[in-house]
Amino acid sequence: MNVKNVLIAGVGGQGTILAGRILAAVIAAAGYDLKVSEIHGMAQRGGSVVTQVRWGERVFSPIVPPGAADAVLAFEKLEALRWLPWLRPGGRMLVNDQRVDPMPVLTGAAVYPENAAALLAAAGAAVTFCDGIDLARRAGSAKAVNLVLLGLLSRHLEFSPAEWEQAIRQAGPEKYLAANLAAFRLGAI
Amino acid sequence: MRQLMTGNEAIARGAWEAGVRVATAYPGTPSTEITENAARYPEIYAEWSPNEKVALEVGLGASIAGGRALVAMKHVGVNVAADPLFTAAYTGVTGGLVLVSADDPGMHSSQNEQDNRHLGRAAKIPILEPADSQEAKDFTVAAFSLSEEFDTPVMLRITTRAAHSRSLVQLGAREERPLPPYSKDARKYVMIPAYARLRHTAVEARLAALRELAETTPLNRVEWGDKSIGIVTGGVAYQYVKEALPGASVLKLGLSFPLPRRKITEFAQTVAQLYVVEELEDFWETYLRAWGLPVRGKEIFPRTGELQPETVAAALAADTGRPSRLPTSPPPAVAGAEPPARPPVLCPGCPHRGLFYVLRKMRLIVAGDIGCYTLGCLEPLNSIDTTICMGASIGAAIGMEKTRGEEFARRLVAVIGDSTFIHSGVTGLIDAVYNNAQTTLLILDNRTTGMTGHQDNPATGRTLRGEWRERQEIDLARLCRAVGVNRVTTVDPFEMELMEETLRTELAAAEPSVVISRRKCALIDREAARPPLYVDQAECTGCFRCMRLGCPCLSRREQKAAISDQCVACGLCAQVCAAGAIKTTGEAQ
Ligand SMILES: Cc1ncc(C[n+]2csc(CCOP(=O)(O)OP(=O)(O)O)c2C)c(N)n1
Repeated sequence: MNVKNVLIAGVGGQGTILAGRILAAVIAAAGYDLKVSEIHGMAQRGGSVVTQVRWGERVFSPIVPPGAADAVLAFEKLEALRWLPWLRPGGRMLVNDQRVDPMPVLTGAAVYPENAAALLAAAGAAVTFCDGIDLARRAGSAKAVNLVLLGLLSRHLEFSPAEWEQAIRQAGPEKYLAANLAAFRLGAI
Repeated sequence: MRQLMTGNEAIARGAWEAGVRVATAYPGTPSTEITENAARYPEIYAEWSPNEKVALEVGLGASIAGGRALVAMKHVGVNVAADPLFTAAYTGVTGGLVLVSADDPGMHSSQNEQDNRHLGRAAKIPILEPADSQEAKDFTVAAFSLSEEFDTPVMLRITTRAAHSRSLVQLGAREERPLPPYSKDARKYVMIPAYARLRHTAVEARLAALRELAETTPLNRVEWGDKSIGIVTGGVAYQYVKEALPGASVLKLGLSFPLPRRKITEFAQTVAQLYVVEELEDFWETYLRAWGLPVRGKEIFPRTGELQPETVAAALAADTGRPSRLPTSPPPAVAGAEPPARPPVLCPGCPHRGLFYVLRKMRLIVAGDIGCYTLGCLEPLNSIDTTICMGASIGAAIGMEKTRGEEFARRLVAVIGDSTFIHSGVTGLIDAVYNNAQTTLLILDNRTTGMTGHQDNPATGRTLRGEWRERQEIDLARLCRAVGVNRVTTVDPFEMELMEETLRTELAAAEPSVVISRRKCALIDREAARPPLYVDQAECTGCFRCMRLGCPCLSRREQKAAISDQCVACGLCAQVCAAGAIKTTGEAQ
């Protein structure tokens, strides 16, 4: 089997790290070799963050080269545009339909690309948008956007609902479990 | 059982398996989680030391007393710890002593990207470099054996990618190591010149022995493949080489220093084309060239920044004429401009924000330091003139004053965080008192070491093991008074007018003064968060003065200000709004 690559991109504080951990747990439980790379530090203070996940029989590099990602799971539209070049031809771009203005846009030094959907489509990417916040609210917690998006990603991966739910159970505290599972299921259908 | 671990978790695990008793550190990305994880093992005494120099001294003391010790820090921390390190290299060890240097190629969160293989070599100690989490654990265990066998501190060098990537690790059991009886050995541990001369000779003999070990140790291994290309590599660069040219012959150096000359020469002579792939400096390449080996390296691989699999692949493909294994078809790209950058920002409710707003408003010259507050250098706050290394703000301010005079000093402040002040600011303040500078120092006491993820420090009094006693807490105001500062004031940075007034008074004073800007970091002060404020659209005049705070919750919506639901109601924007248009949810409506 070739190595599979997924990027989870977003804004510091959006919960990308937990999403990456759950995905990694699912992969590890399935018996694959894997590497997960995430950068801590400065980037967490509201900056761009990305978790890179790679799995297969044997994985060497912890990072995904441009043009190699089977899927990019973007928690924010501008981040989808930023990581678009990492998508392989035929890969899936899965985007949370949310806009978070970075400081240069707030100060007027830069302009937020209004037409993210059109830009992504024009670049030839197979894009799915999802209103993660709305679905998360319906699941009982606006904070569970990361699980909605993980559900969305699960549609394009080989792992079974039981495998995902097992990993979700192990990942978080008991009190969020019901909302997390509900959010995941709403994203997965 | 194999477990998914970061390199840092694996190092902590390796230390535990190796029977380590003491783990010390000063936090610093990407090293911080090593000691946080070591602290979870009840058999290990773990501490946050005030700085890296003390951390290493405590580690060396543990070693002299016969226990194994792990000392961890980021690359620039080794500069701070260099003094004990260079002499610990002479004394050698009793219990194994391993210094983790976590380098940050690409400067994900650092002020430089120095390559600490140079420091390890300068100190004349062996350096091990793991390439994934399994090696991080195994090399940690190996480092302790090497340390005792060769009577030397050992450097374990990791990089951000190795430290923060997760991969599978086979766990082992802890090897309990009873303490040997303590025996005094002054010729080894008292480094007066007469004894140190003897030890220097021992250091040179040790290096020669380590060079021999390098020839045979399994830490350095050859993976024979296609002999038309041979690549000498190590650390994470090894992984990129395996992706780029899986069939090539590879000499992987796990022992980065000292190098096995015979092994490398033999490898070089067996392959047709020889490359060195290493991140940052041409550390190994320089040796190969000095030995007259025909090698290609930094003429095709970058010397700055983090290596990427695609850069390594492209350079090798271009130079060898073989197709790259990595994708070469142009990836999908957005038409037109690059997407705007998303730099980090001060969090909603951050106590540093109000302070920098005041500094900007007063148009002060600001000698800055390192911490979350360094973000005050970015627009729109843009109010920092210098950032060099931890603790440098105070010295820099004194130097500026001594160069340009007292008039200049009346417009000049130094700003430093609580953790940074304890780390290396106190001596700068002593200089201001002793050498009669009129420095105005702002200590940004947010009750935590924010930048590196909220570690406690001596000014909070809570230790890494979670203990707190009043007498363990360093009172910053008393400390400043004790070193001779007469003017010490504490101000809440949310009271911007009071802050401005205080600064005016203190800047006018012809002697050193300290203003402690004290308020808990918004991320640890959960009680402080209240429902978001809102902008009364009828009253907002669209002047956007509030936007000068650089708060990520504030934006422009159709010529009016708007507040997002991330707002924690710190109230700064309401303070600066001339129209009184920003209100709490309870008000008016
Ligand atoms: C020698 C050295 N050690 C460690 C670091 C990593 N580091 C940067 S700032 C900082 C401390 C920040 O804490 P504080 O001064 O309290 O400011 P805050 O981030 O809380 O605002 C640390 C540990 C460094 N840059 N240099």
